[in-house]
Amino acid sequence: MAHDSGGSSFELKAMLRDERFWKIAFQVITLIVVLALVSFFLSNLNRNLIQQGRAFSFSFLTNPAGFSIGESLIQYRPNDPYWRALIVGLGNTLSLVASGIALTTFLGVVAGVASFSKNWLVHKLSRIYVGLVRNIPLLLQLFFWYFAIYGALPQPENQIGVFGIAFLNNRGVYIPWASSAVLALLGIAATIGAVIAAFYLWQQRTKIRVETGTGGKTQTIGLAVLGLLWIAIIVFGMNWTIPAGVEGGGVEGGLRLSREFVASLTALVFYTSAFVAEIVRAGIQSVSKGQWEAARSLGLPAGSVMQLVVFPQALRVIIPPMNSEYMNLTKNTSLAFAVAFPEMYSVATTTYNQTGRPVEVFVVLMATYLSLCLLITLVMNQLNQNVQFKER
Amino acid sequence: MTSVTPDSFSSAPPDVVALGPVPWAKKNLFSDWFNSLLTLVIAGIFSWGMIRLVSWALTTAQWEVIPNNFGLFMTGTFPINLYPRIWALLAIVCGLAGLSWGVLGRNLSTLFSRNVLIGFGVACAFMVLFPPTRPSSLILLPIVALVAGTAAAGRQIGRKFPGVGKWISLAWFLSYFVALWLIGGGLGLTKVSTNDWGGLLLTLFTAVSGIALCFPLGLLLALGRRSALPIVRGLSTLYIEIVRGVPLVAVLFMGQVMIPLFLPLGSRPDRILRAIIALALFSAAYLAENVRAGLQAVPRGQQEAAMSLGLNTPTTLGLIILPQALKIAIPAIVGQFISLFQDTTLLSIVGLAELLGIGKSILANPSYLGRYAEVYLFLAVIYWFFCYAMSLGSRKIEEKLNTDN
Repeated sequence: MAHDSGGSSFELKAMLRDERFWKIAFQVITLIVVLALVSFFLSNLNRNLIQQGRAFSFSFLTNPAGFSIGESLIQYRPNDPYWRALIVGLGNTLSLVASGIALTTFLGVVAGVASFSKNWLVHKLSRIYVGLVRNIPLLLQLFFWYFAIYGALPQPENQIGVFGIAFLNNRGVYIPWASSAVLALLGIAATIGAVIAAFYLWQQRTKIRVETGTGGKTQTIGLAVLGLLWIAIIVFGMNWTIPAGVEGGGVEGGLRLSREFVASLTALVFYTSAFVAEIVRAGIQSVSKGQWEAARSLGLPAGSVMQLVVFPQALRVIIPPMNSEYMNLTKNTSLAFAVAFPEMYSVATTTYNQTGRPVEVFVVLMATYLSLCLLITLVMNQLNQNVQFKER
Repeated sequence: MTSVTPDSFSSAPPDVVALGPVPWAKKNLFSDWFNSLLTLVIAGIFSWGMIRLVSWALTTAQWEVIPNNFGLFMTGTFPINLYPRIWALLAIVCGLAGLSWGVLGRNLSTLFSRNVLIGFGVACAFMVLFPPTRPSSLILLPIVALVAGTAAAGRQIGRKFPGVGKWISLAWFLSYFVALWLIGGGLGLTKVSTNDWGGLLLTLFTAVSGIALCFPLGLLLALGRRSALPIVRGLSTLYIEIVRGVPLVAVLFMGQVMIPLFLPLGSRPDRILRAIIALALFSAAYLAENVRAGLQAVPRGQQEAAMSLGLNTPTTLGLIILPQALKIAIPAIVGQFISLFQDTTLLSIVGLAELLGIGKSILANPSYLGRYAEVYLFLAVIYWFFCYAMSLGSRKIEEKLNTDN
């Protein structure tokens, strides 16, 4: 017996010294602690909700919402159900995200490239912009744009006209737009399609030219036809309506972008672009100096060096962090609710205030923003694969 | 076929030719017609904007909203008769800062270089001339003197006892609780309700608490995500990815509404505490990603070498991996701290009177109606100052820790 017990204590000692045992034990303990915490929280939640008489359920989504929403992409009336109100919010969020991403990419790349400008003034301006905007909170900038800049625009009676085709007043910005939503959607779809087709044609043309040293004329003609087609669709197919000032203030026709939307968009674009500019700058800096010098000594002008040699290489470094900037922009659109723009978060809080269902509303919010971020990541990963360095 | 380098080719950098103002402008501003056009257009727009801004600031703007509410901006509705406690807190923090500066700079040839002296002079002049701070300049000037004095003392102490650094870290740690005591009261001091905490004081307090909480949490999450143990890795990854996919407002909203629901009936933590918890839980996920990038940059050989020396996992991490990883990650970590500091503005949305929130409530006062630009510009300067100081500090630390030549 003595021998037996000694053996088992030896085994125990051996087990305690074995790293494999500790690895498993540590994981089991972590899992137990996490599960215990989660079940503690969830049982409290369940009890608290039942005590308030609001057991977890999404059935409230089909009840009539009863609140009105200032602007909407789809038809919405106050007695529509909650889920429709949330869709309206999602639509407004999406329009902010889409226009935000497009403008941010443009401004950010311009500001990033400008920091390499030989022109001292352009270089300094880019640095000042980045240093200033990145160090001031977005919410403060949003309030500044909404209250101090767009809020200080004149009343509709004295509105500012821009060449007679756009108008600014303290209710918003009025721009020319397609006469119906269907046409506008068609125009946007045509633009996206044209960009994708042009991208593939350009790739094919480059491939042929790299392989044969000449040719690719068919593709060049294709590109030109594509461009002309797109211009024709945009100019003649959209049935543009131009906003016109009305006697005594106000605007008729065109598209009204509300002050809330314009202020949110401006703040988001200016803030995010400063970060994008830094990413672009770091990307360009990562291209070795020899590439610049080699391209210059081949006789390429400075603009073409950037466009043909440096920037394509920098893209490999730029695209992965751009993904997280786009995701930040998407999440930051929720701040637009602070200036009463009816986007997803704003509609969700109103829903919570009326139904008193924080958990369900939070689940809806989380699912929406998570899937938006996932969508962006998928697109950016695809793009990233396309620009990866191909070793020959 | 050997290539010969002629003697006349020198590897020394070319001589730098100092240009006069006119050739300099020709080279940097007007090198060709496009650049000249660009310069003219930008200079035109820029100077037009500047003239508009300055003329607005000097004529149209009504700045009295700032001095009239300076106390509100700084401390919210903190009772005025308890201001000495805030001054004491400021003195403690400044004294410690001076001491740390002196100890860190003990090996510099002069602590008070020309730029530092100019900085002190500007600070003193600002305090005396800036209308809102002028009434308190009798308290502020001695505090500036205190910084200089403790810096000089810290230099002497640091030279005599080189190991004094960890005691200063301890003092900083303790000063947090002294600050809590001085602000909140209790233990012999009059209690101040958290409803009266506000302004810059609350902003700094939540930011410091959030940073102190999110750093260890983020470190653990990063280590968890890099761990070889599948369950730990899975849980950390799940947490990080979910939190990074949700906007902060939603997390703060959850903090205010849902934390009480998750706890046993009747327990309701203070709303500032709830906000700090939500802020820290949110930032920890981002911080974890920054630390992970640092961990990934440490060569694998380091870990293998440590293991083959017989170090176990905790000591390998603590002595070998983390010091190197954190050094690499400093810029990103400080960047995350800066965005946490900026994110405290979102507390105004959930009803806390931090700097931006107090600004909003002052603007709601009918006598300051429409003073948006003045108030928001003032707040922007304050936020910019703190964020810029943080990024400057990060650059200094980076230079100090840079060991490769």
